[in-house]
Amino acid sequence: MIKRTFAKYLVVLAALALAPAMLSAPARAAGGGEKPLDMTWTFDGPTGTYDRAALQRGYKIYREVCAACHSMNLLYYRNLEALGYNEEQIKNIAREYTYMDGPNDEGDMFERPGLPSDRFKSPFENDKQAASANNGAVPPDLSLMAKARAGGPDYLYSLLVGYEEHAPHGHTLLSGQYWNKYMAGHVIAMAPPLAEGQIAYEDGTPQTLEQYAKDVSHFMMWAADPYMEERKQTGIAVILFLIVFAGVMYAYKKKIWKDVH
Amino acid sequence: MGSGHREPFENPVVEWIDSRMPIFTLLNKEYGVFPVPRNFNYFWNFGAIAGFMLVVMIATGLFLAMHYTADTDLAFDSVERIMRDVNGGWLIRYIHMNGASFFFIAVYIHIFRGMYYGSYKKPRELLWILGSLIFLLMMATAFLGYVLPWGQMSLWGATVITGFFTAIPFVGEDLQTLLLGGFAVDNPTLTRFFALHFLLPFVIFAVVFLHVWALHVSGSNNPLGIEPKGPQDTLPFHPYYTMKDSFGLLVFIIIYCVFIFFMPDALGHPDNYIKADPLVTPAHIVPEWYFLPFYAILRAITFNMNLYFLAGFAILAVLLVEFVWRKKPVYIPSASAGIALLAVGGLLALIGFTGDSCARIDAAWLEANAGFKGLCGALQGLPFMSAETAPVSAKLGGVLAMFGSVALLFVLPWLDTHPVRSARYRPLYRVCFLLLVVIFLILGYVGSQPADAAIAGIPLILVGLAGTGYYYAYFLLILPLLGRFEKAKPLPESIHEAVLGKQIKAETKI
Amino acid sequence: MSAHTQSDHDKDGETRRDFMALVAGAFGAVGAAIAAWPLINSLNPAKDTLALATIEVELSEIPVGTAKTVMWRGKPVFIRHRTPEQIEAARSVATQSLIDKEADEQRVKKPEWLVTVGVCTHLGCVPAGQKESDNHGDFGGWFCPCHGSHYDTSGRIRKGPAPKNLAVPPYEFLSDTKIKIG
Repeated sequence: MIKRTFAKYLVVLAALALAPAMLSAPARAAGGGEKPLDMTWTFDGPTGTYDRAALQRGYKIYREVCAACHSMNLLYYRNLEALGYNEEQIKNIAREYTYMDGPNDEGDMFERPGLPSDRFKSPFENDKQAASANNGAVPPDLSLMAKARAGGPDYLYSLLVGYEEHAPHGHTLLSGQYWNKYMAGHVIAMAPPLAEGQIAYEDGTPQTLEQYAKDVSHFMMWAADPYMEERKQTGIAVILFLIVFAGVMYAYKKKIWKDVH
Repeated sequence: MGSGHREPFENPVVEWIDSRMPIFTLLNKEYGVFPVPRNFNYFWNFGAIAGFMLVVMIATGLFLAMHYTADTDLAFDSVERIMRDVNGGWLIRYIHMNGASFFFIAVYIHIFRGMYYGSYKKPRELLWILGSLIFLLMMATAFLGYVLPWGQMSLWGATVITGFFTAIPFVGEDLQTLLLGGFAVDNPTLTRFFALHFLLPFVIFAVVFLHVWALHVSGSNNPLGIEPKGPQDTLPFHPYYTMKDSFGLLVFIIIYCVFIFFMPDALGHPDNYIKADPLVTPAHIVPEWYFLPFYAILRAITFNMNLYFLAGFAILAVLLVEFVWRKKPVYIPSASAGIALLAVGGLLALIGFTGDSCARIDAAWLEANAGFKGLCGALQGLPFMSAETAPVSAKLGGVLAMFGSVALLFVLPWLDTHPVRSARYRPLYRVCFLLLVVIFLILGYVGSQPADAAIAGIPLILVGLAGTGYYYAYFLLILPLLGRFEKAKPLPESIHEAVLGKQIKAETKI
Repeated sequence: MSAHTQSDHDKDGETRRDFMALVAGAFGAVGAAIAAWPLINSLNPAKDTLALATIEVELSEIPVGTAKTVMWRGKPVFIRHRTPEQIEAARSVATQSLIDKEADEQRVKKPEWLVTVGVCTHLGCVPAGQKESDNHGDFGGWFCPCHGSHYDTSGRIRKGPAPKNLAVPPYEFLSDTKIKIG
């Protein structure tokens, strides 16, 4: 009898915990875009991890392509350690960029090479400059993009491969506008950023649009959620501990209640 | 509290303190030997669980506040700094963020449990009111807290919610400006919201203290809804319920941890990972899930309440009081007079509602339905029919309906007049209540959808209106009616007997 | 259950119950401690704070006989371009006679450059002595105005309540005229 009431209680508890998730889920489907493709990622599931090689390839794409327009203001070069780069490599990457610093003792601003403690170099000085260089549309910061769009990396991948050469019949595009199956409203101001063979991979990975899109989405997921691996590993340990604890507690509680029932 | 007779303790340190300030005697009395009905089910865990969540929120909130910066230029980045650079910051933030949801889950179950088993009835009315006050304070705290990360939903949620105040006639605009410290949600708003978000949990803590105090005066209700008659009906709180609560709490924490570690953003909205931008409104503003049913009630009122509607509404309200709330009408002499008034009131309300709705009906549809066109024309020709002369605009109506739906909780003990507490012995009440829960969830779904959404051709706004109607009818009409006419099943003699009887039945089955 | 096994069972059950209470209590204590750790650890320096832990200083701007103060990890660092007399004064003292026995050679990488953290090891005040006009104390180095600690030209404690020499931060010469602290 105890078991039955407890099972009932569990069902109610689970339902109440999941109800909000179900309630808010349909609200996320953005209007006007196709549902993103359902991709398989190495970081899926409770034990999923990032693929270091894919992250490095994705960073290369960001650096060579995306970074021309998109900032990643929440990331520092020192964070690249998580991608498998060593300290020297990170210093060398940072050194490639020039930063304005100061004022020095004379009160002047001066230029210096980047340091691991610098944020990723932003392509524009400020939003106004970014807007004026891009037909008035500011290219959004990509640091949190994988969390800031419904569908996360699936959506990012879909968007990158979802360009159509021509708008469907009956739609006209202004100059600087492109048609994308997955964009809400289908019209996007970003030109198709990736094309086959555009970026050289040194590790023999196929240089296809799909592979590029997958790698850069992988990288953006890491950028948005750099502690995912630690989080999941901690979670497994914590939940196992709690399950054993709850088992002990249940046995103890049953022992105490034995004389009552 | 705690004075009078005192049993000495064996431990000399405990005894030394207790003889000067009998705190251990008090704790033992209130949490050790305190008699509690022996027949609680697991739904009685949720009071303790909610208390635990309050402590978790205060503890994690304190540490987050040490790293957070309440400034519109820095707030978003300071939260991301917590997520990325502060040691274990991501964990603390996810515990706090999901903790709000799980606090509400615990409290909703706690409230629904109280309603199902009639825990609000005499002598526990004050206990219930204090609980309702905690719920109200929690809603305020959660709203304030959601603004702090300064994402898009923070800004626009705050804009919409503080916009409620502009619905108040005459002083609304000024009141909103006062609340915001400006003319839009901006830096002064953020800093005061942070201060208040820090303060309110301690106010909640104080009200929880009063809530528990009141509980320990009246004693707990139980699934049978009958008072314990003697020691055979109760058990000491410790170890029986301390251990049962601990076990239930652990199961709850496990589910909570699944969210923290494996789906930390499932209950949030992706737009809140975009920094607030006063120039761009998100396509679809939704509050956090725990506000959705109330949000649906807010949006359900899309019509202006003009003089016709209000006059009809007032007549219907008088009838409700005279014929439903009172055993015998005082001011209305006969039933036939009542029926006549019902017809008049209903007609007036209908005229007012239809006349106002005509203004929003699609013109092409009206053209095709000549009958309606004529009716609308006639109705709109009446004086005081226009939206401008309506004393209660749709906006104010929505705000009143929403706050009213929470206010009803406070007066629930006087709306449900039935002497029997537990739904176990009130089959009709049971059905009506469970329907309320289902409708509350449906309202939540309606609240999550865009305002113009429809399912199978039915506009969700109408579903919301019907749900709102049931919500109000449940409290104002169904409960008083059931109080007068529902025949309860026979109650058991005592808790002890009921528990024993069940056990014997279970054993003979085996 | 018959009457006589009932009492045996109770006794047995009693000890088992005590044991289980102990186990449950231990789990609770461990769980609470584990839960408290991230909260406490969040108070330690964050990763961005640690990342800013190095600075570079140009030495060519500091003439012989003068000193410069730079900020490193939120603390002042004294960089003194020592004169031959100051070096001599620091090296002629018998190390064994000092409060905190350290030879000058151990405290510098190049004899003319002394780099120390400018925080008195007594209670954390900033000693005077960076400017020509400052009180340099009885040993020609620094003098802490808070409780009267005297440091010599090697930044070593010679007199007063401070227990240790001024700390030498980790630093390296990037070139003859440039050092990196941290």
